[in-house]
Amino acid sequence: MEEISGAKALLEALKREKVDVIFGIPGGAILPVYDELYESDIRHILCRHEQSAAHMADGYARATGRPGVCFATSGPGATNLVTGIATAYMDSSPVVAVTGQVPKAMIGKDSFQEIDIIGITTPITKHNFQPLKAREIPMVVKAAFYIASTGRPGPVLIDIPKDVQTEKDEIAFTDEVKLRGYNPYIPLRMDEVKKAVKLIYDSEKPVILAGGGVKSSNAFEELRELSEMIQAPVATTLMGKGAFPEDHPLSLGIVGMHGTPEANRLTMEADVVLAIGIRFSDRTTGNIEEFCVDSKLIHIDIDEAEIEKNKDVDVAIVGDAKEALKTIIEALRSNGIAGKEGWRERVLTIKEYYKGENMDEHPKLTPPSVLKTLRKMLPEDAIITTEVGQNQMWAALHFKVFKPRTFISSGGLGTMGFGFPAAIGAKVAAPHVPVVDVAGDGSFCMTENSLSTAVAEKIPVIVLILNNERLGMVAQWQRLFYGRRYSAVELRNPDFVKLAESYGAQGWRVADINELKDALSRSLESEIPSVIDVPISPEEDVMPMVPPGKGLAEIMGVT
Amino acid sequence: MDDVQPYNRMALISTIVEHKPGVLFKVSNMFRRRGFNIESISVGPTEHPDLARMTIMIRGDEKIAGQVVKQLRKLVEVISVQILDEDQTVQRELALVKIRVENPDIRREIMDYTNIFRGRIVDVAPNSLIVEITGTPDKMDAFINLIRRFGILELSRTGITALSRGEATIIKTVRAI
Repeated sequence: MEEISGAKALLEALKREKVDVIFGIPGGAILPVYDELYESDIRHILCRHEQSAAHMADGYARATGRPGVCFATSGPGATNLVTGIATAYMDSSPVVAVTGQVPKAMIGKDSFQEIDIIGITTPITKHNFQPLKAREIPMVVKAAFYIASTGRPGPVLIDIPKDVQTEKDEIAFTDEVKLRGYNPYIPLRMDEVKKAVKLIYDSEKPVILAGGGVKSSNAFEELRELSEMIQAPVATTLMGKGAFPEDHPLSLGIVGMHGTPEANRLTMEADVVLAIGIRFSDRTTGNIEEFCVDSKLIHIDIDEAEIEKNKDVDVAIVGDAKEALKTIIEALRSNGIAGKEGWRERVLTIKEYYKGENMDEHPKLTPPSVLKTLRKMLPEDAIITTEVGQNQMWAALHFKVFKPRTFISSGGLGTMGFGFPAAIGAKVAAPHVPVVDVAGDGSFCMTENSLSTAVAEKIPVIVLILNNERLGMVAQWQRLFYGRRYSAVELRNPDFVKLAESYGAQGWRVADINELKDALSRSLESEIPSVIDVPISPEEDVMPMVPPGKGLAEIMGVT
Repeated sequence: MDDVQPYNRMALISTIVEHKPGVLFKVSNMFRRRGFNIESISVGPTEHPDLARMTIMIRGDEKIAGQVVKQLRKLVEVISVQILDEDQTVQRELALVKIRVENPDIRREIMDYTNIFRGRIVDVAPNSLIVEITGTPDKMDAFINLIRRFGILELSRTGITALSRGEATIIKTVRAI
């Protein structure tokens, strides 16, 4: 057998995992890997900050459901990945991060650019590895992809000392992975399924809450089938947005702190709530003590540790959402269930009641009118990403999503600066659909240097900045809960048009909806990245809103 | 975290893990991150060279113990986890106690107590003794309280190690994987 280096083994193992693109930045401790990359046919996208490399890999993963890969060097390269890895971890996204490390003999000596990235990333990865022999690399890569993409997905980090990258050995590759401490396949407990079916069968007012787990398990068809079968409206969490078509009569939009009034109201009105692939985050439930107190709760999740972590439930089904839903549908069908027509009427009435106030299209640039215009101009399969804050909540409320994996947002960690690099990653994964980052001025400035990457790599994403010249959500909280004492929220922004142009991208600042439409249609046809600066009122709040710590019933901004 | 409720309940968890560097860190880090309290932890190799056993006593009710077990199972290096039922478990702890000896009478008295508790004197010096004592945590506490008045110079306890009674083993389940 021919001897090859650890670095070569790494790239070969990645190719065996069908990796076609890597987002990264080279540096001293990962030079042997980059030397191999020189003659590899895997595409490498050079980033300008490792945080963005991780977000791009994450965006790629969320758009495809397949692991995204990022590379960084040791020390600061590795620590810069941390926010990106944590973002992927909180949203259960399969990212495989590879970091260089100082040579084995230098570990523990506080060597130049040495950092304990295994220690640092232990609480924010699903698992991490530090192979100490080149021959371990194929198995480690195999295991990393397997762990990242099965069960509840999540990021995995592989930290490879430089001398392990250069070490030559007769290295065997494997298609098998044996991990005695990891078994993602959990057979459904039929007694629990039966209890769930009984509750659903007996319910008069069922509501489905769909979370990110529905997306991870590709259970879109099953979710729709069950919803229609029992006439249960579907509210999604922010992570679940896209799991159910939002133009469906039974769609309620998102639930929670900035949920739609119909989602929050009907969730609280339900007699049975079927929560699928959700983790009862505080942003979803509001005050957890008041959440669904009068209803029976059924929780389906593949991660058993989510069961009764935040909320006690009546029935818990641990397992894959797709499989669980199929089994439930089958059982209900054999029971001969009919939809609950009275409940459907109620759902449609409530939806109609709240329809008036948030459906307007203004000629003026308001966040709802901008997002509705954007929706109209984009094909159904276009992908949007968001930053974090008001822009994100406006997008969640006013931009309807029809197809799975076309809404990408940092839900759990709430990482400002995520949306733009994630959009680049998504565009690399899906080059033939438009990808738009709905941004705020504050968030965009956090990773705006990825414009260099987008221009150099010819990745024509569109950044639409809802520009209120401040950290808008912080300002909103200061306005509502701190007596308008605006502390450190006003931003003196660059001229975003000139900024875009200086990077080699194109930019527009629009004054009304017609100009926005014009800028959007030119951006959609463009082969270079675009930045559209949309001035909005600094006083505009995201409404409705459930104040922090309050129950979903105490919604503000609803008449 | 000042507002953490003190739990009077304890739970004993036995877990089989990969016998590799870094595993203890990953386990203990999970406890820290999730805010679970470790009362004692003992780690050692098993009859299989590639597996280690961790016996962890935690402060918390059944619900917390259940969460701990589920979080432990998520760790890739953790192969098997069990909550041990106190009635069905043999529990042992070992302590070494260095005691001040001011005169021969005290020495005799300490030796008597040691015999009663079936301990052993493992070090004798002009002004001190080291007693080795093995038993349940209650027995440990009783002995320590008894000899406290002589002056404990140093004390080292291993933490509890435990095995469930009878033929059943968790290793067997591990081997089957």
